[in-house]
Amino acid sequence: MSSPMHQPDAGPSDHAVEQVIGRLLQIGVFSAAAVAIVGAILVLIQHGSAAPGFAEFRAAPAHLTSIGGIIRGVREMRSESVVQLGIVLLIMTPILRVAFTLVAFVLQRDRVYVAITSLVLALLVYGLAFGRI
Amino acid sequence: MTILGLTLIVAVGSFGAGLLGSLTGLGGGIIVTPMLTLLFHVDLRYAIGASLVSVIATSSGAAAAFVREGYTNVRVGVLLEIATTTGALVGAALAGFIPTSALGVLFAVILFWTAIRSLQPRKEHELLTTPDKWSVRLRLDSTYPTAAGKQAYSVQNAPGGFGLMFIAGILSALLGIGSGVIKVIAMDRMMKLPFKVSTTTSNFMIGVTAAASAGVYLHRGYVQPTLAFPVMIGVLGGAMLGARLLGKTDTTRLRQIFTIVVFIAALQMLYKGVTGSI
Repeated sequence: MSSPMHQPDAGPSDHAVEQVIGRLLQIGVFSAAAVAIVGAILVLIQHGSAAPGFAEFRAAPAHLTSIGGIIRGVREMRSESVVQLGIVLLIMTPILRVAFTLVAFVLQRDRVYVAITSLVLALLVYGLAFGRI
Repeated sequence: MTILGLTLIVAVGSFGAGLLGSLTGLGGGIIVTPMLTLLFHVDLRYAIGASLVSVIATSSGAAAAFVREGYTNVRVGVLLEIATTTGALVGAALAGFIPTSALGVLFAVILFWTAIRSLQPRKEHELLTTPDKWSVRLRLDSTYPTAAGKQAYSVQNAPGGFGLMFIAGILSALLGIGSGVIKVIAMDRMMKLPFKVSTTTSNFMIGVTAAASAGVYLHRGYVQPTLAFPVMIGVLGGAMLGARLLGKTDTTRLRQIFTIVVFIAALQMLYKGVTGSI
């Protein structure tokens, strides 16, 4: 996208798009980390002295495994759900980056890359929203 | 041990992994899973979930800087992301059926390969400017900043790179790694991108690839927040410090240390995989 040889016919320049993508990634990572840190402090205050059970795999509870469940968990003030919300925000960061790239290609009227980016976005949203393959 | 104790030592260990990974350019993700399973006896699935989360964090953090500097080839990245995300979803589907012992052996193979690769010197190949059918059609050719100003390059063999990226996506999901080593080979060797463009574009794609399988694993309960948190914060902190130190420290010795760590991890993973104790 950074080529002066292929300046877009319309819309924002490739350079402008790159600046926004960079800023978007930064904001995503920092906000995700901030939410996760708040949740982790709560987890450590509430359960810090409990024994961790990561040696054996168990079916994880609903308030940690689906977007809806995590949001309900946060409303019920479950500290683990707050950490998981931070992790979901982190997983969403590259997905939002792809969504923004799609918007940029639409504005640039680059049909081939609108199609390519839409496909990538669809695969990512499918994985996060449904999680079934 | 308590949750507090484990959180602290996992955070410190992950910090070290992130620091070494960013200073050597090999990525910290490759040693996070072996560290969690071999040292802290964490279940392989939880380890993979936590490692993927840390991979997204470091990739997105580093990509933010590289994209703005104009090294990353966004078109090449987006195109190849079709292959890596499809591969990641296929890998996540396969992960449920492959026994953990087999995953341990596969992990050992990738670790051995990474250790060997890290000993080989990097050679910058000649840049090509001959147009390629796919590159012209998909407008992949671009320029990148060098000391002597903007340098133009042409992209070769896009279908070959695409195929290798599909495999990189599968391995990323199965093992919870960024697969940066394979991504760089696809772009540097096959598609003839400049080395700096290959590494930054690879890094740009790693977050998207990992996000595809992390979404699936979240639903399957592989992502344990109490474990993923110290891994994510530790690796991210280590990688950020590494980025600041880069250029100020001699990384030759660090590469040797990292290679030895990866080699030992490979031997242990192989042993655990073969004996079925993972």
